[in-house]
Amino acid sequence: MPYLGSEDVVKELKKALCNPHVQADRLRYRNVIQRVIRMPKLDQWGQAEVLNFLLRYQPRSEEELFDILNLLDSFLKSSSPGVVMGATKLFLILAKKFPHVQTDVLVQVKGPLLAACSSESRELCFAALCHVRQILHSLPGHFSSHYKKFFCSYSEPHYIKLQKVEVLCELVNDENVQQVLEELRGYCTDVSADFAQAAIFAIGGIARTYTDQCVQILTELLGLRQEHITTVVVQTFRDLVWLCPQCTEAVCQALPGCEENIQDSEGKQALIWLLGVHGERIPNAPYVLEDFVENVKSETFPAVKMELLTALLRLFLSRPAECQDMLGRLLHYCIEEEKDMAVRDRGLFYYRLLLAGIDEVKRILCSPKSDPSLGLLEDQAERPVNSWASDFNTLVPVYGKARWATISKYQGAERRGPELPNTASFATPGPLIPEESKETVQELPDSEVLMLVPSCQLTAEDFEKTWFSLKVAHQQVFPWRGAIHPDTLQMALQVVNIQTIAMSRAGAHPWKAYLCAQDDTGCLFLTELLLEPESSEMQISVKQNEPRTETLNSFISVLETVLGTIGDIKS
Amino acid sequence: MISQFFILSSKGDPLIYKDFRGDSGGRDVAELFYRKLTGLPGDESPVVMHHDDRHFIHIRHSGLYLVATTSENISPFSLLELLSRLATLLGDYCGSLSEGTISRNVALVYELLDEVLDYGYVQTTSMEMLRNFIQTEAVVSKPFSLFDLSSVGLFGAETQQSKVAPSSAASRPVLTSRSDQSQKNEVFLDVVERLSVLIASNGSLLKVDVQGEIRLKSFLPSGSEMRIGLTEEFCVGKSELRGYGPGIRVDEVSFHSSVLLEEFESHRILRLQPPQGELTVMRYQLSDDLPSPLPFRLFPSVQWDRGSGRLQVYLKLRCDLPPKSQALNVRLHLPLPRGVVSLSQELSGPEQTAELGEGALRWDLPRVQGGSQLSGLFQMDVPGLPGPPGQAPSTSAPLGLGPASLSFELPRHTCSGLQVRFLRLAFRPCGNANPHKWVRHLSHSDAYVIRV
Repeated sequence: MPYLGSEDVVKELKKALCNPHVQADRLRYRNVIQRVIRMPKLDQWGQAEVLNFLLRYQPRSEEELFDILNLLDSFLKSSSPGVVMGATKLFLILAKKFPHVQTDVLVQVKGPLLAACSSESRELCFAALCHVRQILHSLPGHFSSHYKKFFCSYSEPHYIKLQKVEVLCELVNDENVQQVLEELRGYCTDVSADFAQAAIFAIGGIARTYTDQCVQILTELLGLRQEHITTVVVQTFRDLVWLCPQCTEAVCQALPGCEENIQDSEGKQALIWLLGVHGERIPNAPYVLEDFVENVKSETFPAVKMELLTALLRLFLSRPAECQDMLGRLLHYCIEEEKDMAVRDRGLFYYRLLLAGIDEVKRILCSPKSDPSLGLLEDQAERPVNSWASDFNTLVPVYGKARWATISKYQGAERRGPELPNTASFATPGPLIPEESKETVQELPDSEVLMLVPSCQLTAEDFEKTWFSLKVAHQQVFPWRGAIHPDTLQMALQVVNIQTIAMSRAGAHPWKAYLCAQDDTGCLFLTELLLEPESSEMQISVKQNEPRTETLNSFISVLETVLGTIGDIKS
Repeated sequence: MISQFFILSSKGDPLIYKDFRGDSGGRDVAELFYRKLTGLPGDESPVVMHHDDRHFIHIRHSGLYLVATTSENISPFSLLELLSRLATLLGDYCGSLSEGTISRNVALVYELLDEVLDYGYVQTTSMEMLRNFIQTEAVVSKPFSLFDLSSVGLFGAETQQSKVAPSSAASRPVLTSRSDQSQKNEVFLDVVERLSVLIASNGSLLKVDVQGEIRLKSFLPSGSEMRIGLTEEFCVGKSELRGYGPGIRVDEVSFHSSVLLEEFESHRILRLQPPQGELTVMRYQLSDDLPSPLPFRLFPSVQWDRGSGRLQVYLKLRCDLPPKSQALNVRLHLPLPRGVVSLSQELSGPEQTAELGEGALRWDLPRVQGGSQLSGLFQMDVPGLPGPPGQAPSTSAPLGLGPASLSFELPRHTCSGLQVRFLRLAFRPCGNANPHKWVRHLSHSDAYVIRV
């Protein structure tokens, strides 16, 4: 138990928060809470623990809420970062229904957070930066006036620089865009290639709102003719013209000449795509593509070849005379000599498409050249604070949402799951009957071992008839998370000789399945699996045509094992 | 909270390992951590790592790794704060924190950990409470004595030497044997400022930031009250005005929770009863508005002949400190373009050195007097350098001639102008010796970058 100043405090706190009867008595609970909050003698660890406990409290009236918030105010100014962040989180969670209070708190915590971002301790700096990014998702303008604090310093470790660049990208506004862009421009020529590339991508992010200035900077960067810079700039251009068609002209003027500097797969794909889609505005597009076609035999990346096929066909539609010959050569190579099947298939497809006539080709290949609405969809619309308030001051912002999702899935599986059992043992689960009652079950000598026979051939109509004639022998719920993969489930059930009569499509709401199994004594097990939308449990209903509890239990355990294993292997 | 805590040396050798919860599952967690740390891809942060079902959080302090593992989703700030506090405590108890001192004091460290953490929960980290429980004595490599100073004044005479203590004076263990009264009661007060500056290539100032701390290391018995007086004209925030001059200003101030602030508003005096050991009394920061000019200005000029591959860099460094001050251990680090072959140099002073190493130029100036100007001319051969095309020798910097960063120390100088006027002890602790008070002001560079 954490040491909170004295034994009495600990006792009172335990009483207050664990005893349901105390919770029911509003007045006593409130007094206890207030007494705890007024503890001045706690050290920073005790204060952090108390703040953590208080997260569980639900204030019952607005008055109570603001009372508590007033008492907690002093903790926001503590010199210990753990206490300040704990108090902030408590504020954010308690004031769920009052967004203006939440915004106030975030303003108050700006100072300590910025101080932590410039702290000597790199680790503290990193944690603070992750939380700043979290806040920026909801309040993009929050740190805009303090952009200078997020300029990268030469000696900082790489992971801190990356975070700072992301923050800079997110806090851009009209007043600071000039300085921020200049700073990022400086980073683009940094010695470290990774960092330079991150800075260029950040400029690409800002370009969605401040297109002209960013395109100008990116064009200048192309002039340096550095391989690692050029490839990323071209990729950024490709993403940009899709979202901001107004910059297409400038991009097309900048492109000629950069093909000499690109060697990697991503960069080549981006360049080829641009040449294909906007080739009519780029004078030497066919000649650049011709270079690629000449060298297609030595091209190592199949993705580049695929992109080349599509781009050349598109360009052929707008400039047929220049492209006809090389298109023919490319198709010939892809169909006759290419070893990668995906490329060959695409070549064949285009060839047959061409045979179908030029109008067909135009109809299929002339897709829209840009989709600005995608930018609006993709843009992280300001998320309400409540969506991440419970993650504040935990490890979640430090890892990032994506990584945290994989970690928690992994942790969940670990805690639940044994390893995938040997398939041979599937049909013979361990004995369910305890040892002592084996003697009493004399009449069914092999009841502990359930042998399901593979030859349960029941037609759908028979199943339906039998289903409606029987009563439910056993019903239970099984915890389930996430989506169902029917094929995997079906195959796994097949292994244990449970036949699937009918199964809903993946993603159907509600999802149902009907299964049938027969054991060697002829006893039929008919099962229904039901998964409601938004539910974390699957309902299992089993009907048996002969009332035998032991075999029923064995069957249930087999089914549970299969479902459990499937649940763990989610793609 | 914490499952395991361990300390590794900079090479990954475990020095201390303590398992609080016994849930390591039989694995060598320390080994796991080090392997994961060294194998981490470049863009992932090593601060918090995840493996199997546990999180590893660590800090680096004096070259050592202090690592805590946990399987719960707890506050990173609390955990990092705990690790820092443990580092400070260990430093207080063992004198300083390093591989040597830890290996000599293993028993003491384990005893400390036992008292500080119980089943992974923090019990207390305050020196006050701990001293009642810790029995082991610290082992030091050699006992510290002021007699180690080379010249000793005659009994009673105050020579220059006795006013100066070596910088290692404060790094002795705090709680030595209780019966030993002959140890001097001392208190060390440091005002340390970190200066971060960013200057653009056209000479304009992009960013200036000063982070300051007032740190106290007390060997006095706890309970001795002390008062620290700061400069009276020191203002907090942009709107306050005190005194007649432009005053000394900081943007924000924060204090340790045990500091009493009644006299702060009126006379800028801080009152506190510090426990033994290290304590950060006050933290402050100042941006964008330094009262004094920046300590260094660099005027680079670059001549680059692309045809012959000859690069000539002339650096003029001007020190704008007041004439009586000086800067120590000044080092200028200038990254160079790839493929620099040779270096010839002409430096303006005899004690300066310059050398080429790891793709960068390092120019060392041990001592720079205020108001002086130093220059160095460096000529290099850089064959085959890409950059803006053009045949004529150009004055624009080639790619890879990176920003120059300066590192230096400014003793007896604070960039913000804040000074400690006095340090008074309210009552004499038991023991006859007059407690010694050492006050030091120091600024050093955090990241002083000048773009070329």
